[in-house]
Amino acid sequence: MKFERYGIGIARGMALTFRHLFRSPITVQYPEQKLVTSRRIRGNELVWFPEKCTGCATCAKSCPQGNIVIVTHGDEGSKFIVDKFELDSGRCMFCGLCVESCPYDALAMGLNYECAKYRRGDLVLSKEKLTVAADHQPSAYYRPQFEGKLPKQSLLLWNKADGGQKLRFLPLSTRKRGSGA
Amino acid sequence: MTTLLDQFQLWLKGFWPEWAAYIVPAIAGILVIIAFVLTIVIFYIWWERRLLGRFQIRTGPNRCGPEGIFQPIATAVKILLKEDIVPDKADKLIHFIAPIIVFVPILMIFAVIPISEGAILVDLNVGIIYVVAISSISIIGIFMASWASNNKYSLISGMRSIAQMVSYELPVVLSIVGVVLVAGSFSMLKIVEAQTIPFILLQPLGFIVFFLGALAEMNRSPFDLLEADSEIVAGYHIEYSGMKFAMFYLGEYGVALAYAGIITTLFLSGWQGPGLPPIIWFLIKIIAVFTLIVWMRATLPRLRVDQLMSFAWKGLLPMAVLNLVIVAVEVLLIPASMQWVMFILNFAFAAVLILLWSKLFTLGGGRVEV
Repeated sequence: MKFERYGIGIARGMALTFRHLFRSPITVQYPEQKLVTSRRIRGNELVWFPEKCTGCATCAKSCPQGNIVIVTHGDEGSKFIVDKFELDSGRCMFCGLCVESCPYDALAMGLNYECAKYRRGDLVLSKEKLTVAADHQPSAYYRPQFEGKLPKQSLLLWNKADGGQKLRFLPLSTRKRGSGA
Repeated sequence: MTTLLDQFQLWLKGFWPEWAAYIVPAIAGILVIIAFVLTIVIFYIWWERRLLGRFQIRTGPNRCGPEGIFQPIATAVKILLKEDIVPDKADKLIHFIAPIIVFVPILMIFAVIPISEGAILVDLNVGIIYVVAISSISIIGIFMASWASNNKYSLISGMRSIAQMVSYELPVVLSIVGVVLVAGSFSMLKIVEAQTIPFILLQPLGFIVFFLGALAEMNRSPFDLLEADSEIVAGYHIEYSGMKFAMFYLGEYGVALAYAGIITTLFLSGWQGPGLPPIIWFLIKIIAVFTLIVWMRATLPRLRVDQLMSFAWKGLLPMAVLNLVIVAVEVLLIPASMQWVMFILNFAFAAVLILLWSKLFTLGGGRVEV
């Protein structure tokens, strides 16, 4: 006898969807709640370290878009001084080739991903905007030396211990995703 | 039995001429009913979207107003502001009339649904027959829409609609007859008053048949073949936009509300209930019925066309006939004071019949998987 034919299968399905009512929604309410992104994200807004940069323009050569503008002049010694380092993030496709090609680790991908601007001109990042700041941190993409300092990637989950009100960040590595614990 | 409207008319006759005392309360009553329907429909749209979200572990709309309660209003404004596109090869007149023919009969059903004690627009002595007759008209509107759109998918949808409605009308009407036999009247008010025990307890089989049939009549999942998004895009309203689409959309939820009201009236003892005021009981019951409908939508996949038709003709129709025969015999033999006997007997019959039917039910002589 097939008990599925007596409506058992339907009842089982109905019970499953009913149990879903008591699980926390998986939706992330974005502007209020944010997930911690991957530490190796190829985020927008590259980070440039002026003290490491020698002005060799390898990044400019490796860029498929021809997107990086470098203007240098030589000083008395054997060094180049970088006058202009400019990058149009509107045309950048965040392939990371410039970061990978830099022989002196002077470029890194950014950690930031909220870079919408009101003016097209604001997308062009000059030397000053590319340097490290509090809200402009390098990601660990091709730069493993930064990886230790960055927070681990996480998902939001309902937390019963907090009275079912607060959401906590659950690290991916614990493998408890979706348990509703 | 005088309704509130009758009393209002009688009271006005003391001041106004007879024709004015008749027309003015009638128009006021109609406006009240339309306002009630639209309010509940807006609530229904929000409730379905939130609940469906929760069933799928989402949140549902929660941005517009507290808990997203104004989302249906925002949707309505968006739909009304959209351009009204009519296909070039469409039958313009029928394309224009169709949404009205779908929407108006659905509003007309509410004339005989008792919201509270005496709160009914007209207490027709053939109330439930009126509902059966009126609710079938909107099918013509759906077929007109599907034909006038000059679109293959919408025509398929219209054909499906006709087949589905004709098939499911029979079990629905037969299960209504079971209720009418016990209540002894076609009038909706008398049916509610007859229910000292809700008829869902006296006729569980009748309720199941009526509920599934009503699901098919109101084109809700799992019987939503005529707007099956994954097969025929949107079915009959594929070529509609703007105000006309809003009419179909409102009609869809309006008919869900109407059938929730009819199920409440026929099987769940209408406005009756202990403690709370009658109107609150009615609202609780229609929302509970709609919640069950949404729950089924969140769970069950859509049926195939052959499954749908054989479910009506081989499944619901024999069960409805058997239910009618059983109820008729019981009404003859069991005195009204001993309704608990009927309660026990009918639950036993329902269990046996459902088990027996699911054993015998096959498609294509057993060669096709159910």
